[in-house]
Amino acid sequence: MGQTVIAGVSVDLNDEGYLNDPSQWNEDVAAEIAKEEGIELTDKHFEVLHYLRDKHTAGEQLTIRKVGKSGITDIKGLYQLFPGGPLKKSSRIAGIPKPASCV
Amino acid sequence: METNVQAKETTAKKVEKKPLEKVLIICAKGSIEDVYAALVMANAAVMEGIEAKLFFTFFGLDAITTKQMNKLHTGTIGNPAMRMPGGLPFPSILGMLPGVEAGVSSMMKSQMEKLDIPPVDEFMDMITAGGGEIYACKLATDMFKLEMKDLSEHVKDIITIGQFYEMADGERTQIIFT
Repeated sequence: MGQTVIAGVSVDLNDEGYLNDPSQWNEDVAAEIAKEEGIELTDKHFEVLHYLRDKHTAGEQLTIRKVGKSGITDIKGLYQLFPGGPLKKSSRIAGIPKPASCV
Repeated sequence: METNVQAKETTAKKVEKKPLEKVLIICAKGSIEDVYAALVMANAAVMEGIEAKLFFTFFGLDAITTKQMNKLHTGTIGNPAMRMPGGLPFPSILGMLPGVEAGVSSMMKSQMEKLDIPPVDEFMDMITAGGGEIYACKLATDMFKLEMKDLSEHVKDIITIGQFYEMADGERTQIIFT
């Protein structure tokens, strides 16, 4: 996909629509990508997104189990926030790479 | 002719990808690896937005029987892929010694925990939280004299295989047997 302008920011997207460089992300970019996924972001969404970004920066492998134990929301809540892709969609909106985990 | 070929190529390019919509997974064995194969597949499906239904039958029922579900073992006899830590062959005769199967099983579980793969009941929690459904086989529960009260709270119902097949009513549905 290459360079695209999202919410006034020029970002570098891969073929699947994930940001290649997480540092190009901001909350407006997130809201725009979320809209594409049919999701209207709330404070709860942002809590999850920032959690994912922090863990990604720390080099941790992300799983829905980890998010479920983060204290932000449980797994059921995570599915409600990001229907049909609790980890895939949230990672895309958080501006981090597509998750490579099976759980 | 040439235009025909071109036209075909354009249609081929336009063919939309059609993702899976539903998976029905049948688990008939009760060892760690068989049960986890089914659970990992079901969980991955719901995480991808694919509807998932799990059907446990015969020895697979251990995975949903409250008393057994978190005490599953892996067989240490007659498994040619079983190896010692470090890669040396694992002699079957070793697997016969008391305690070896339990030791190997707990080692496998601790390895999985490191990868954030949860115990069986928690895994089922995750699957049902995503909308996945878990069923027990009528024939096998009759055979093993099990009732709903003996089964995990995650089990939705005891049904026949015919009823399970009826759930395969979508266009892009797959049935997987482990």
